[in-house]
Amino acid sequence: MIPEIGHFALLLCLPIAIFLASIPLLGAILGRPLWMRLGPLLALGQWLFLLLAFICLTHSFLTDDFTVKLVAMHSNSALPWYFKLSAVWGNHEGSLLLWVFILASWTLAVAYASQSLPLDMRARVLAVLGMISIGFLLFIIFTSNPFERLLLNPVADGNDLNPLLQDFGLIIHPPMLYIGYVGFSVAFAFAIAALMTGNLDAAWARWSRPWTNIAWAFLTIGIALGSWWAYYELGWGGWWFWDPVENASFMPWLAGTALIHSLAATEKRGVFRSWTVLLAILAFSLSLLGTFLVRSGILVSVHAFASDPTRGLFILAFLVLVIGGSLLLYAVKAPAIRSNAKFGLLSRENFLLVNNILLAIALSVVLLGTLFPLASSALNLGSYSVGPPYFNAMFVPLSLPMIVLMGIAPYISWKRSNKISAAIPKWLIAAFVALLLAGLATLSLSNQYQQDFNWLAFITLVVSLWLITSTALHMLSKAKHQQGLLTGFKRLSVSYWAMVIAHTGIAVAAIGIGLTSVYEQQKDVRMLLGDDISVSGYRYQLTAINTFEGPNFSGTRGDITVFDGDTVITVLQPEKRFYYAARNVMTEAAIDPGLTRDLYVALGEELEEGAWAVRVHVKPFVRCIWLGALMMAFGGLLAVTDKRYRSKRMLNA
Amino acid sequence: MLSSSRIKLFIPLVVFVLLALVFLQLEKRMISGDYDPSMLPSALIGKPLPEFNLATLDNPNTVITSINLNNKAALLNVWATWCVSCRVEHAYLNTLAEKGITIFGLNYKDDQQKANQWLTRLGNPYQLNLFDVNGKLGLNMGVYGAPETYVLDANGIVRYRHVGVVDENVWQSKILPLGLNW
Repeated sequence: MIPEIGHFALLLCLPIAIFLASIPLLGAILGRPLWMRLGPLLALGQWLFLLLAFICLTHSFLTDDFTVKLVAMHSNSALPWYFKLSAVWGNHEGSLLLWVFILASWTLAVAYASQSLPLDMRARVLAVLGMISIGFLLFIIFTSNPFERLLLNPVADGNDLNPLLQDFGLIIHPPMLYIGYVGFSVAFAFAIAALMTGNLDAAWARWSRPWTNIAWAFLTIGIALGSWWAYYELGWGGWWFWDPVENASFMPWLAGTALIHSLAATEKRGVFRSWTVLLAILAFSLSLLGTFLVRSGILVSVHAFASDPTRGLFILAFLVLVIGGSLLLYAVKAPAIRSNAKFGLLSRENFLLVNNILLAIALSVVLLGTLFPLASSALNLGSYSVGPPYFNAMFVPLSLPMIVLMGIAPYISWKRSNKISAAIPKWLIAAFVALLLAGLATLSLSNQYQQDFNWLAFITLVVSLWLITSTALHMLSKAKHQQGLLTGFKRLSVSYWAMVIAHTGIAVAAIGIGLTSVYEQQKDVRMLLGDDISVSGYRYQLTAINTFEGPNFSGTRGDITVFDGDTVITVLQPEKRFYYAARNVMTEAAIDPGLTRDLYVALGEELEEGAWAVRVHVKPFVRCIWLGALMMAFGGLLAVTDKRYRSKRMLNA
Repeated sequence: MLSSSRIKLFIPLVVFVLLALVFLQLEKRMISGDYDPSMLPSALIGKPLPEFNLATLDNPNTVITSINLNNKAALLNVWATWCVSCRVEHAYLNTLAEKGITIFGLNYKDDQQKANQWLTRLGNPYQLNLFDVNGKLGLNMGVYGAPETYVLDANGIVRYRHVGVVDENVWQSKILPLGLNW
């Protein structure tokens, strides 16, 4: 009964979404306030029914209702409850339901948090979100019904969730990623609404900014979680693979990063309007493209779920309608005339432009690398493959100059910078400090990890430390103008702090990426009980091997005691698990985390005579990658709380 | 008459339409069964492997120009340590090898040390591993990425190509029906 209620609630959402997409929009065109005011109510209705549908599906998973096909295929009675919960979105149908539920939640948030928006603008934005919702609801209802029953051939127990997905990181990774992906629909809706009216003014950019920031922050967290999960769950210490599905989430992130910066220029100076609108369309289009690539089965990837070509055709039609339609609207309505604002070579406008160009190049690199193999096989040009070597070779030279420029950017003011001469001594200090510290750090790391002086590590450290020092000096000088340094720091605006934290996050992540790549150490050894091995100054000893039973698997757990000299640092317990239902073996790595290094141990195969293959990694500064990402996300969210938005809102109200 | 700056605004639309046509082409070929991302048509089917001249993974000093099939069918599995799906696939290859299926490896654009460590760690299902560090043989074969598996009959003729992970399902439904002598 409950699945039918859920199905019914899902079906009801379709007419609501159709009303949402039409009534407020017609109201805005015909000038009928009452019609426009219906928007929030419809958004609330859509959200409530989708919530009901989602709760019903979750209920079926939690109560092991194997008459529901989805539950039978992706869950198992022996799963712990939290994995039954995450199994709801660990499959195609459920993840789409989550997607459209998140879309409804964003729509609801826009409806009720934008009381200060002009009535017709809000109506148009909600209508655009309603149109996207229609597309996804049709897709779910007609090709991917999550409530389908297995009444004729009931099964005794479910197939189980893919063991790779049975993990805490995977409980929250998809929702975070989707909140980010779908969040770009708001910036998209604002852009489309502004294009409809032809009024692309500063107000439009100001309204879009907080929404874009929130979406971008969640996407950042989502990507970081995915990388963190791959790191500890796949069991071989990699944290980014340039897998097509990773690229599919990375592309909207790059577009979103460009959008955040471009929106700033549009709001403050009224420049780059057309470009900003295009980026808003692009960020969301890339989110949709990502969904298409993953869901259509066009890409073969580790993330591939059961795929179906007709589904792909449906998404493609939807894609053409949404992206093609909005790009057509853009081509017809975007302001073609260059804005009148003049700015000099050394102006913040120009720096943001360079930032956008570099990000756009990075985006094209990823897009080409992901799509070229597809395009060439579609056109029968033969098959090509690009692997991580291509991406790495392109990305290092792109990101280094970007980081260097980020250290200069805060000193440059809008229009034309006259204070360059005052900034030059600070830049010299920052460059000197960066070179000195980077040199010392590289020497000490090379000594610790017994390598020659590594230039790649040195350069990464120089540019990252330059960014941190230069930003810190700028903050110091900005705070000094006030009475007393402490009061000065307190008086800095929230959005300034947000910029400082997010930019520092980039530097921290760059340090993590650079140092891990250069200095990671890995040893594979055969170990008997009591054997030990030294890696990078740590001694690892296998002190016990035990078997144990998990809820839906049996496992072997090794105790590996780690010594630094004679002191015990930790006992790591890597596991090897055999999952009964899916009949496959998983490796659970054990990690002793630290800011400057991770000690990472994974259990390999059991060898003859009770010996085990054991893999030991030392990953210097790997945690900085995710710390940096968290800082970026925190910066993005912090910027939203700037009182500028609140006061402006009150002014508008 | 449209001004040139107005025409520029159509560029994104044109790019997108071209992209959509590529996707449509792929989708059409997928539905007609002509294109299956896990079963790319291969020019090699019905032909022997291209000529090659490679070292083995465990010994860089060897030169191998042919693989010895002993009158039995075999799999040629393209893999690399940078390929996440290969990791997923590996356990099943071990199972097949235990059943006595002959599997050859083509280690593709990889790091020799990492690849050998991988085999020590995860088990080695391969009779022999060709080390194709710059992807030359892979290019001649039209390898799309890793993992990919070529089914060779007892005479060394390529009979089938599978792109993506080989698992129980693929083995049962795609490879066994070829009716080869394993």
